Amino acid sequence: MSPGLYVHVPFCRSKCPYCAFYSVPSAAPVPIWFEGIQKEVLLYKGRFDRFDSLYLGGGTPTFLDNRTLSGLVDHLFTHFDFAADTEFTIEANPCDLSGEKVRLLKDLGCNRINLGVQSFNEDTLSFLGRGHTGEEAREALTRLRSVGFNNVGVDLIYGLPGQVLEEWLETLRCALSFQPEHISCYELTLEKGTAFGTLREKGNIRPMNEEDGRSSFLAASQLLGGAGYIHYEVSNYARTEAHCSRHNCKYWEHVPYLGLGPSAHSFDGKDRWWNVRSIRRYAGLLNTGLPPVEGRETLTEEQMRLESLALGFRTRQGVDLRFIAPDAQFMAALSRMEEAGLVNILDGRVIPTEEGFLVADQLPLYFS
Amino acid sequence: MDHIRNFSIIAHIDHGKSTLADRLIQATGLVEDRDFRDQILDTMDIERERGITIKSQAVTLPYVDKKGRSFELNLIDTPGHVDFSYEVSRALASCEGVLLLVDAAQGVEAQTVANAYAAMEHDLEIIPVINKIDLPSADIERVKEEIEIDLGLDSDQAILCSAKEGIGIEDVLEAIVKEIPPPSGATDGPLQALIFDAHYDPFRGTIVSCRLFAGTVRAGDRIRLMHNRAVYKVEEVGLFRLNREPKKDLSAGEVGYIISGIKTVSDVRIGDTITLDNDPAPVPLPGFKEVKPVVFASIYPVASDDYRSLADSLEKYKLNDAALVFQKDSSAALGLGFRCGFLGLLHLEIVQERIEREYDQSIIMTSPTVQYRFVLSNGEEVTVDNPVYYPDPTAIVKGMEPYIRASIMIPERYMGAVMDLCLERRGVNAQFNYPTPGRIEIRFDMPLADVIYDFYDSLKTVTQGYGSFDYELLDYRESDLVKLDILLNGERVDALSQIVFRESARPRALHACEKLKEEIPRHMFKIAVQGAIGGMVIARSTISPFRKDVTAKCYGGDITRKRKLLEKQKKGKKRMKMVGSVAIPQSAFVAVLKTDKDS
Repeated sequence: MSPGLYVHVPFCRSKCPYCAFYSVPSAAPVPIWFEGIQKEVLLYKGRFDRFDSLYLGGGTPTFLDNRTLSGLVDHLFTHFDFAADTEFTIEANPCDLSGEKVRLLKDLGCNRINLGVQSFNEDTLSFLGRGHTGEEAREALTRLRSVGFNNVGVDLIYGLPGQVLEEWLETLRCALSFQPEHISCYELTLEKGTAFGTLREKGNIRPMNEEDGRSSFLAASQLLGGAGYIHYEVSNYARTEAHCSRHNCKYWEHVPYLGLGPSAHSFDGKDRWWNVRSIRRYAGLLNTGLPPVEGRETLTEEQMRLESLALGFRTRQGVDLRFIAPDAQFMAALSRMEEAGLVNILDGRVIPTEEGFLVADQLPLYFS
Repeated sequence: MDHIRNFSIIAHIDHGKSTLADRLIQATGLVEDRDFRDQILDTMDIERERGITIKSQAVTLPYVDKKGRSFELNLIDTPGHVDFSYEVSRALASCEGVLLLVDAAQGVEAQTVANAYAAMEHDLEIIPVINKIDLPSADIERVKEEIEIDLGLDSDQAILCSAKEGIGIEDVLEAIVKEIPPPSGATDGPLQALIFDAHYDPFRGTIVSCRLFAGTVRAGDRIRLMHNRAVYKVEEVGLFRLNREPKKDLSAGEVGYIISGIKTVSDVRIGDTITLDNDPAPVPLPGFKEVKPVVFASIYPVASDDYRSLADSLEKYKLNDAALVFQKDSSAALGLGFRCGFLGLLHLEIVQERIEREYDQSIIMTSPTVQYRFVLSNGEEVTVDNPVYYPDPTAIVKGMEPYIRASIMIPERYMGAVMDLCLERRGVNAQFNYPTPGRIEIRFDMPLADVIYDFYDSLKTVTQGYGSFDYELLDYRESDLVKLDILLNGERVDALSQIVFRESARPRALHACEKLKEEIPRHMFKIAVQGAIGGMVIARSTISPFRKDVTAKCYGGDITRKRKLLEKQKKGKKRMKMVGSVAIPQSAFVAVLKTDKDS
């Protein structure tokens, strides 16, 4: 399979309290970042096969000014080789999607938008520190459709402390009314190093309890399944097979990808490396001609197997039975899982069920 | 030989033995102050972490007395806990005298008495030392009285010191030289060296610690181990000065080490006598009393492939802990392993920890038990120290279990609480002594099984640490004994079975079910935990399955992190034992025996 290209755009209008991705709430360092990206592109020129996916993520790529955004895309397409049918995704914030911006995205050749909606409920949006209203998100979706974007994904968050199921279902129904090609439903994670993480340590905020988390997960899967969506990864749904995120699937199937920008991760089939998590250090290293790499690892066969298990049990592709058989103890565990309705075995693959998705972090432990 | 003094420091636990040893080492200048660290003789991590001495440790101190004469003082630091009294008795066999240390605030305790009597049995010179005189609660007059009355020693002789503050250390050193006789024995006669300890060094092989009672040994000599006549050539001899210090020879009266390329670890027996092959001593030295284990449990490797390596580790470990006895064992649930005998529950815990740390073995230890006896209908009497061999209940005419005489010393105010505790543990035949005003000695006959079941910890708790405890084995008494089985998802785990007093069965079963519920992590499936006697379930608990455990996001940056977590979990799981479909952590096997008070 062809590799994918990811570019990390580490800028946001403001930091959302739940987000653990690297970004800074300012546009001031954009020029030095952009200079760095251009140099990093040259470092990897010719080292990867032709890409068939490009993903601009962040941070907030649409927060970039039009000139930088055009310059970036231009630079990438000048120096890297892309397949004709490349899936080109840009992550977008509803705040940024003016008519002009949407047309620019279209002109740049972007054919897939992933919109950070998170919720259509105003209280939830303000709790999550989002700078937009539900109405603005609806307008953005309408605008995207009106200029002809026919592959739009919507990101949603559930599992807020005290959130009732009905509120979550309303957000889902509202999203469905736009018939997005892709929906991601992420349970809120109170991660270390985020504002919510700090509140959690102080005991001021608690994650949703296990049973409510289950109900929210299953309700989403039922509603979206009923509307014809394919639940192809723990947190991801696609309207048709063709609408599964080509780029993201590479992460889960050990397909090589190159990640550019601070904190981005790359994988070439054997080695994985990750960039420094600081724009200043990133630019500094590139200025001296060095790769802005923080760490690197070469995966052993056993590590590859372990990852294949961990990733496979999160997707509808499942895990190749060869990673489990012929070990007798593993096979015994597998048949218990099958009995318990956590997995199905189909054509030499072990496919998790919805119940299996719910305990996907546990399943690999039984085969290692 | 006049310049040698061999002595031990003996005391109740926590009366300051290791601190006094530290001060003596510093005062004699054996270590530079900058190289010094507290508890310097406690070289094992486990000793330093727990703040207790487990192993006797020998060290030779150079000392010049007030008259300018030079001495070699061989100090053997000893453990205080009752489980390690065997270590103490071996140390005593190598000495001519002891410092009997008594805490100036706590006074004479159970272990002080036991150790003083042990020293008297060996006919040793006893120098009483009252320690911690700097404490505000120190009551020197009362302690002197206790020394006179409880121990029958001359309290005028007692030296006052504070090892912590460095007060009176010079007096202690002078007393050692003055009061303790030098060793006797001919340096030119046939060699008689008593092996009182040994350990295995991966580079040098077996290193034997010994006390020479007669003769001389030097590198190049051919030595003979008297019990099996194995002969080895001596590579090196020397003294212990914190590190080993090689020396030309060792002669009568000295305490030191011998390295002689001993390959067969089991050739070395603690208590054996070493002599010279070409000039052997006619008879070996008396050696030590055979140790009698009182607590039994099995050890299994977590991975059955590691059986060989565990066997090898136990052999080597035993060199350094002669009190451990073991033989092959097997279990339906846990495979091949070893049945081991220990001197007590602390000894058991220490063995488990040292085998894991020093030999890097992952092991499972089963529930500890005592040795029961059963008279069967065919007239036969069987001894059972493993619940697996509990006889067919219909064939049992009567069961018997070992009783001990417990001696507990406490300040008067804890009497009620301690009485309750002892009665709850089936104590009978209470007797009371009032050695000194305000203090009571309570004596009880109790089943040993109820003592190993966390009695010592409970006593510490109810007396806020002021209770001290010692015991001796009495006899076997009739008892209504049943076998309590534990079932996980209907499958009996033989390694969790216990033999218990019938009336205690239900509370013990409930306790075991609750403990296992805490210790066994949630699985993907529901786990039913049951306690049963025969076919009758008398207690149960349920471990609910994981309902949800999944990370929301898993993209480029999350994958390495996720794998590393899995690798860590995998390591953790390696330390668990699979029984049927259930993974049981090591801790569960011992946890069923502990009450909640000590956690």
